Amino acid sequence: MVYIVGLLSIVFLALAFMVFGRLTNVMKGVSNPQEGEEQYGSTSNKINGAMFMVFLILGVVAATWSFIHSTQYFLPQASSEHGRRTDTLFWVSMAIVTGSALLTNIFLFYFAFKYQYKNGKRATYYPENHKLELYWTVTPAIVMALMVFTGWQAWRDIMSEAPAGAQEVELIGKQFNWIARYPGVDNNKLGNYNYKLIDNNNDTGIDFSDENAFDDFTNTTELHIPVGKPVLIRIRARDVLHSVFIPHMRVKMDAVPGMPTRFWFKPEKTTEQMRNETGNQNFKYEIACTEVCGRNHFAMRLNLVVEDEDSWKKWCAEQKPLLTSFPEYASRIPANLKAKAAKYLPSADSTATASAGGVAASGNASLR
Amino acid sequence: MATESAVSTLSVHDAEHDHHEELSFWRKYIFAEDHKTIAKQYLISGIVWAIIGISFSVMFRLQLGFPQMKLEFLRPIIGNWIDESGKLDPNFYLALVTMHGTIMVFFVLTAGLSGTFSNFLIPLQVGARDMASGFLNMLSYWFFFLASMLMFVSLFLETGPAAGGWVVYPPLSALPQAHMGSELGMTLWLSSMALFIVSQLLGGINYITTVINLRTRGMSFSKLPLTIWAFFLTAILGLISFPVLLSAALLLIFDRSFGTSFFLSEIYIAGEALPNVGGSPILFQHLFWFLGHPEVYIVMLPALGITSEIIATNSRKPIFGYRAMIASMMGIAFLAFIVWAHHMFVTGMNPFLGSVFMFLTLIIAVPSAVKAFNYITTLWRGNIRFTPAMLFSIGLVSFFISGGVTGLILGNSALDIQLHDTYFVVAHFHLVMGASSAFGLLAGVYHWFPKMFGRMMNEKLGYIHFWLTFIGIYCIFFPMHYIGIAGFPRRYYAFSANDFTKNIFHDMNAFISVMAIVTFSAQFLFLYNFVYSLIKGKKATQNPWQSNTLEWTTPIVPGHGNWPGEIPAVYRWPYDYSKPGAKDDFIPQNVPYSATPESNLPHENELISLEKAIEAQNYNDQFKQPH
Repeated sequence: MVYIVGLLSIVFLALAFMVFGRLTNVMKGVSNPQEGEEQYGSTSNKINGAMFMVFLILGVVAATWSFIHSTQYFLPQASSEHGRRTDTLFWVSMAIVTGSALLTNIFLFYFAFKYQYKNGKRATYYPENHKLELYWTVTPAIVMALMVFTGWQAWRDIMSEAPAGAQEVELIGKQFNWIARYPGVDNNKLGNYNYKLIDNNNDTGIDFSDENAFDDFTNTTELHIPVGKPVLIRIRARDVLHSVFIPHMRVKMDAVPGMPTRFWFKPEKTTEQMRNETGNQNFKYEIACTEVCGRNHFAMRLNLVVEDEDSWKKWCAEQKPLLTSFPEYASRIPANLKAKAAKYLPSADSTATASAGGVAASGNASLR
Repeated sequence: MATESAVSTLSVHDAEHDHHEELSFWRKYIFAEDHKTIAKQYLISGIVWAIIGISFSVMFRLQLGFPQMKLEFLRPIIGNWIDESGKLDPNFYLALVTMHGTIMVFFVLTAGLSGTFSNFLIPLQVGARDMASGFLNMLSYWFFFLASMLMFVSLFLETGPAAGGWVVYPPLSALPQAHMGSELGMTLWLSSMALFIVSQLLGGINYITTVINLRTRGMSFSKLPLTIWAFFLTAILGLISFPVLLSAALLLIFDRSFGTSFFLSEIYIAGEALPNVGGSPILFQHLFWFLGHPEVYIVMLPALGITSEIIATNSRKPIFGYRAMIASMMGIAFLAFIVWAHHMFVTGMNPFLGSVFMFLTLIIAVPSAVKAFNYITTLWRGNIRFTPAMLFSIGLVSFFISGGVTGLILGNSALDIQLHDTYFVVAHFHLVMGASSAFGLLAGVYHWFPKMFGRMMNEKLGYIHFWLTFIGIYCIFFPMHYIGIAGFPRRYYAFSANDFTKNIFHDMNAFISVMAIVTFSAQFLFLYNFVYSLIKGKKATQNPWQSNTLEWTTPIVPGHGNWPGEIPAVYRWPYDYSKPGAKDDFIPQNVPYSATPESNLPHENELISLEKAIEAQNYNDQFKQPH
């Protein structure tokens, strides 16, 4: 890196000297200025005209080379169904717009070069041509309409309601990490939550008065999802705006405090498959944050593990429900649901004490 | 009788003229009401802000291009924001990014561009003595100055200036406990913006009134130069959209200081659940972008107007499709108000709304394409003089095209999912709006410098400045598309935390940073040229570019009131360049058709009969009104 800096600063210095050299010439030129119309047909005009062609040719070469060079670093083929569709759309649209930008730039620079000032020549008085204007209004309009229509179809499908049977998980953004909450293995339903219930242990604010919450478990290091099955990510934020970005899946959706959002997609390749495909045995899917959220915004990441459904189920079964890890929350369970919660609490004895405490607590509350 | 009264008003006018000459230093140069002085004040403020704003980008580019670099040499400038190990503080990185955006968008490209050229050119090109209200115009500048001061002071706070991105989305910007930049820095940011908006409204009302009411005899809307059309539409855009930003800023101030919950809901932060419920952060985004998107065109339209004028003059050809240009500007101005939510496709906004905004957004590409084609056709079979202004105008068109086309990608909501908030967006808007309108500003300075200061800028230095800047900007922003396609998110302090950004594009980022430094350095050529020419530049002639518009009929350095005698009447459109049959290749707007029988088109001969009527029209001259 040091060498690159050194090299580049030398190039820069050389450039600066060149400019300075020109500058002194220029200052000499100031003392004997050319007058009248003649100056426009001067060498400067020719040089500037020629420079546009040089720029055009070198620019096209540089753009082509840099593109070819960069393709190796682009994200690999999308690992989700909708991602492959938007990728295709992207590259087709990109081809169309690059082509038109190139064409119009060629005209721009070529005309600048070709029609540069010549003494005695007179420009063509050509104020309008309605037919021409009509053509170039209608043509982009049609091309645009096609692009919009295909884009809109894709957008409609991507944003449609998640198919029935989609696997739900919840992703909660906070400064500066993600928390994944799973609906648990028994009822596969996410329990209610309330931001006022958040504390150090219950960092997603799970509301244990809802029986669906009993088997919910959370994880702050990894999000596991099954492959080949629609996954619906329910997204919310605890403090400020965040944005869920899963680059390899072409997924992005903001996390908004007070307004849950969602995104569903169908992952098609497991982490293992990607490792074999990319030849990188350390490959990991990642979730990044793309809405500025404070000091460590750039480091807010979560690993995403995509695995086949069996190992996913096995992994889920190994996870401890939050209620099991922190049985003291049993005190928040309403009396009529105690029995249902019993299986998640460590042992009969501790359940009894916990619930006794709970009763006492609620008794106190009612007294107050 | 009539002649007598004319003579007497003339002598009254002369007396008043003398009276105006005797202004004190303060009234003449500081609290000036003369539009030309105010324009220069805006220009110089804009240049100062541009240096600050661009140098911020150079600082964070150093961090992005050379993450390992010891930045101790910056300590004399930014002090303890460089930590003991010589690294830039991540909080200050965000502050730099935020301030770069705020300064460049609002203080340089809105105030610096519109403020300078709307003020300078509107009275001169429509044929008016001054703005409709010189006093409001002065207030406009000094409100801007106050806003500038507040923003400038915020740079030196211990907790730093605002740092939540130039869009200042709450809750981050609303909660001091969420971020250092949301403390006093944010308060000053909001106060500064409120004053800035007041300044914009005072300026905008003036521009609109002047264009509508103070046009000289014969200057119908269909004879207005495209610059004036552009400034006029820009002012309308600003007048309608800036108040919405003011409301957003005020509501945010309430949320920050008075415990309201407009944008806050269900927040648990710093170990505490806040009581606010029912607000919506998305509401702020709607309000912000209702200004924020028109703002893009507030920045862009004046640059396009300036370019139209310069390209026509220096191609020695009429601008192609004058009416189509006006229609497309009107189209852009109208559509600008109904596309704002394309910045919000993935905010959780209803996807149906996303579809609607995608359709509306892509429509805006049609008038933009028409404009680009018209510029190119204006060059076709022209007789092009590459003045520095012309070079920058051609550069602008190139940026407008190259940056504009990727708007078709980003405006497509399905494609925006992946690209939103990546460097692809950064590349797109820097080319199409940042670099383009900066080029409009530079082109304008090169072109109207002789009118402003009575001296010519050095052309050769201008050429070098152009080529370094033009190539530099392409080298900075073209490769950024690749980084965006690879998924690099914007506003990241470092790319080392994520595997997908970790070990790639080091050299590309370093290259971009080096080019940013080169391009920034090249601007000092311009500064040098500006100052040098101001003092020692070649004396300008009255109409150095052989242009048609009215400002070139004033004395070389127009005094107070612009024209010493009567304001000229206008008989023709401003683009009679290289008219067949005419002696010269330009016919200024104030030359009647009766004086040019050799070059008149058939329908123009018929207009000769109207000349008497035009001359007999109301002078519309403020100096002839008792005041």
